[in-house]
Amino acid sequence: MSTQTTSPEVAPVKKAGAWRARLDQLMALIGLLVIFIVFSIADPQVFPTYSTITRILFSTVVVGVLALGATLVIITGGIDLSVGTGMTLCAVMGATFIVNWHLPIWLGILMTIVFGGLIGLVNGANVAILGLPPFIATLAMMMVAQGLALVVSHAAPIYFDTTAHASFMGLSTGSIIPGSNFPNAVLVLLVAAVIAHVLLNKTLLGRYDISIGSNEEATKLSGINTRKWTMIIYAVAGLFTGLGGIMISARLGSAQPATGSGYELQAIAAVVIGGTSLSGGKGTIVGTIIGALIISVINNGLQILSMPQEWQNVILGLVILVVVFIDQLRTRRAATN
Amino acid sequence: MTAVEATATVPKGDPGLLLQVEGVDKSFPGVKALEGMRFDLRHGEVLGLVGENGAGKSTLMKLLTGIYTKETGDFHLDGEPLTASTPKEAQEVGVSIIHQELNLVPHLTVAENIWLGREPVSGGFFTKPGEQVRRTRELLDRLGMHIDAKAVVSTLSVAQQQMVEIAKALSFESTKVRIMDEPTAALNDAEVAQLHELIRRFVTPQTGVVYISHRMAELKRIADRITVIRDGHYIDTMNMADVSIEDVIAKMVGRAINTGARPENVRSDRPIVLQVSGLSTRALLKDVSFELRRGEVLGFAGLMGAGRTEVARAVVGADPITAGDIVLNGNRVTISSPAQAAARGIGYLSEDRKGLGLMLGQPVSHNIVISSLSSQFSRVGFLRDGAIKEASESSKELLNIKTPSVNQLVKYLSGGNQQKAIIARWLVKDCDILIFDEPTRGIDVGAKEEIYQLLNKLAEQGKSIIMISSELPEILRMSHRIVVMADGRVKGVLTAAEADQESIMRLATHRDDAITPEHTEEAEH
Repeated sequence: MSTQTTSPEVAPVKKAGAWRARLDQLMALIGLLVIFIVFSIADPQVFPTYSTITRILFSTVVVGVLALGATLVIITGGIDLSVGTGMTLCAVMGATFIVNWHLPIWLGILMTIVFGGLIGLVNGANVAILGLPPFIATLAMMMVAQGLALVVSHAAPIYFDTTAHASFMGLSTGSIIPGSNFPNAVLVLLVAAVIAHVLLNKTLLGRYDISIGSNEEATKLSGINTRKWTMIIYAVAGLFTGLGGIMISARLGSAQPATGSGYELQAIAAVVIGGTSLSGGKGTIVGTIIGALIISVINNGLQILSMPQEWQNVILGLVILVVVFIDQLRTRRAATN
Repeated sequence: MTAVEATATVPKGDPGLLLQVEGVDKSFPGVKALEGMRFDLRHGEVLGLVGENGAGKSTLMKLLTGIYTKETGDFHLDGEPLTASTPKEAQEVGVSIIHQELNLVPHLTVAENIWLGREPVSGGFFTKPGEQVRRTRELLDRLGMHIDAKAVVSTLSVAQQQMVEIAKALSFESTKVRIMDEPTAALNDAEVAQLHELIRRFVTPQTGVVYISHRMAELKRIADRITVIRDGHYIDTMNMADVSIEDVIAKMVGRAINTGARPENVRSDRPIVLQVSGLSTRALLKDVSFELRRGEVLGFAGLMGAGRTEVARAVVGADPITAGDIVLNGNRVTISSPAQAAARGIGYLSEDRKGLGLMLGQPVSHNIVISSLSSQFSRVGFLRDGAIKEASESSKELLNIKTPSVNQLVKYLSGGNQQKAIIARWLVKDCDILIFDEPTRGIDVGAKEEIYQLLNKLAEQGKSIIMISSELPEILRMSHRIVVMADGRVKGVLTAAEADQESIMRLATHRDDAITPEHTEEAEH
């Protein structure tokens, strides 16, 4: 069908394609702004203020960091259900390293992030070498991580010391911008997003990621070791899970072993709202960040409007339906053109 | 006029025509698949239908059974117009087909498959599994098939699955016309004999069979008459008793194109770059040996399922091998993945361009540089965007890839230009051995010519090329030597001087009788 397009017709298609790709990105951003404006009109006193905006950004951090890794995995055509409880396990490990083992904070952070990478590596090996479906491999890891978090922590929260570990918590709530209370956590997310963006767009990893998601068999026949790269991609995604573990315990001042499940779905929702295709081969980091912001704006907005938590979930669910439906509608229209 | 002719060919005293096909046209974008196609099936006969790959047999059968819609022409069944728009409708009026590819649901049982869509039910809703199994056993007994009605289809051998497919087709009792498309592809000789027995039993004075096959010896045994089609046109119909296999093959291939064009500089003096010996796989290949010389185009001819693609996949490590040696430039090598093959300079261009060749949703440039990213277009893992663009642009110029930009998504290119993008991929990688699997499939005539010239040029520059093709004129025109395969084995190697369409077809349709018992066991995996 589309391949029958003869060369004279090619030029307009290409233009439309590029234009549409830009529109796609713009749409998510416009969506974000529209939602923001709606809330601002609903509550002009509280919503469009510096403190609310800062709070929204701050509450985006954990889901945002997790969503960065999830984006890399979803672009391969896979899925990672283990990022939520994986993050909790990393948080518990981090607290164990720093609080129980008294390791230097920087080393504890480093080891936690590497630990996250190991979780991802196991996921990747299960997918690429054992050939398990990503859904199953990471579902199993989700349960294993949930259990291990409780085992390691003896099912009790591990608290950081407010004085000895002040710099650890400062990673989230502190501010390195002089004379402001702009939280460092947002800067961490920003740096992580830039790293993920560079990985996806400027490195072999990103190019193979997209290629595997676009057509794994063809990529393999092109002479790429797709097994190896799938493992690497899952492992790198795991590094972001580890960072998520750091950021959530820095924010809470403790590692809470019984939390974490549900974050994976929020992360996947952010990725999908951001325009990354669940069938793989297509996605952007900018989109994912916008997706995470949309979720955050909705959650905070509804809170400010005193909407009960239960209803927030209902509305978030509907937003995901609508966004993905519109996306499919557009893809279908593009396919028939 | 055609009608007059058709009746004229029917001798006096014969029953009327069971199925009559007249003046049927069908085209697909860029291809005229059938033009003025006709044939007729008499009551109580088995009509053999033959033609090369791509002659239009399958298209014709898909039209008859309502899978495709014809553009012009008439079908008559017992003199009544036949207009089926779905396979189900066709079945209801009495035309059923056994497809070449298996159409069974692998996770259901034999009984469930046979009655799928017509399950015995009570109250219009609840299935009656006992009744279903009982009916299946009756059917299988009647057909003399020793298959468990409750067996899950995926646990059966390919041959048994083929028998289930046949049983399913025969379970439609009201069927008048049965079309069998290569029904024996997976069967051994004993099973072929059993099938022929069934066919003879099925053919009553009210019914008929259209039997499509490449296997001449089989047609000679089972068919009463044989109709030859070529390039979407009707060629001739003959009484099987009066013709020789050679006559039939001559009619199948005897097209009026210039078959005289042959490759120049036959390269028997060049060094051997790739020597494959005793290559076998679990599924199909048996003791495949051949050698490839520098600057040579080595053609691989054979019918569908002969094992040509499997050889290519085994050589590049895409499929595991059970035995065999590969010697590359004098050194014995083990190639267990396409990545290793690429690293050793062997590139494979799949026959399934969209499924296994292209990253359709990605730009042309991505599709060109993908194989060489790590070796040429990156520094410590970071991409060299400038070099990528430069290499893509120069490939675009060199191969004359028609695209407004190398950033264009490859799915918007025509088939020929997509193929060039994949060729560019392996040229950028600087592979010395290129395996082209059906390089011109689905490509229009002009682009075909460009691809031929490109292959000639590459061979001249010292690249060694294996070209798998189902189009004999293409094989003859391009190849310095031709390996002919059938049933997973090499049946012969012909030099350009020895080869013509007849000699290739004779080797390709030759059935090896010695392989039967072993062959079925292999098929079970």
